[in-house]
Amino acid sequence: MDASVTLKKLAERFPGSIVETHSFRGDDTAIVKKEDIAAICTFLRDDEALHYNFMMDLTAVDYLGREPRFEVVYHLYSLKYNRRVRIKAGVSESDCTIDSIVSVWPSADWFEREVYDMYGVVFNGHPELRRILLYEGFEGHPLRKDYPLKKRQPLIGPIN
Amino acid sequence: MGIEYGGSGVSPGFAPRLQNASDEERLLEGGVVVTRLEAVVNWARKYSFFQYPFVTACCGMEFMSVAGPKYDLDRFGAALPRFSPRQADLLMVVGTISHKQAPILVKVYNQMTEPKWVFAFGACAVSGGFYDNYSTVQGIDTLVPVDVYVPGCPPRPEMVIDGLIKLQQKVAKEKFSDWPRGAAPVTPACKL
Repeated sequence: MDASVTLKKLAERFPGSIVETHSFRGDDTAIVKKEDIAAICTFLRDDEALHYNFMMDLTAVDYLGREPRFEVVYHLYSLKYNRRVRIKAGVSESDCTIDSIVSVWPSADWFEREVYDMYGVVFNGHPELRRILLYEGFEGHPLRKDYPLKKRQPLIGPIN
Repeated sequence: MGIEYGGSGVSPGFAPRLQNASDEERLLEGGVVVTRLEAVVNWARKYSFFQYPFVTACCGMEFMSVAGPKYDLDRFGAALPRFSPRQADLLMVVGTISHKQAPILVKVYNQMTEPKWVFAFGACAVSGGFYDNYSTVQGIDTLVPVDVYVPGCPPRPEMVIDGLIKLQQKVAKEKFSDWPRGAAPVTPACKL
């Protein structure tokens, strides 16, 4: 496995935070500990050799039955070096929180709200963490794998 | 006092009708038609629908097709879309309605002046279609009273025209006492 520049620098800078890395045909992925996510993102953005100035996507995956259950996924892009990296951070169900990265990339704001809305992952330090696609009063988080398929919401009533 | 039935002033078009006409009509030599006020008003209403196109999804393309010159809803008097609910009397619900959008639909319905009719265009508006999930209203009749259901994904223009003609037949049979219907009967628990 030939570790890319990004993964090498990450491993040098955060030796204790990187759980696993892999690089397949230039597709770099680093699985990191969630406690250091904000520091790692700041480093990736500010390091002169990396310069990941564009947060393209932020989403989550529910691996029901696995520990940690959730994985928050960040897709970053460096406009300067035309380089991409994927950062994943595991989030357990019992402590379903992770630090917000809105202070690093303001564009993460609505993505984090969407992940909160659909998966119930709480982003610490988010300026306004409330539902974005669903409405206030919606119970549960519908993209969780254990959300009942036919569940009806209390505000909607049994018919609807 | 000589009363002439079907005098020379009667146009040929009116002459056959006069054979079955009432005494008053004969008296006035075809210059008037005696009918019920309700029938005349319904006749005017059914040929002058002002639609409010509540278009949310892909059915909108089919709606444009049926409203356009090829199928031409104007032939049935339902051509003019009004983008203010105050000026509309036919609510065309075209497409999927999500729960987040439901309060908007109810608000638009309540803002329309009476008499007003609702046209459920397409499978999603009729029943939720194949979107049986957490986000979709399972048929707009759970929110507002619906007059015509036109299923299909999307419905053919012929089906829409057929639905419109059925609505016209329904309007023709209405009574003044059918109105006003009042606000949308949404359960209070919904707080819509």
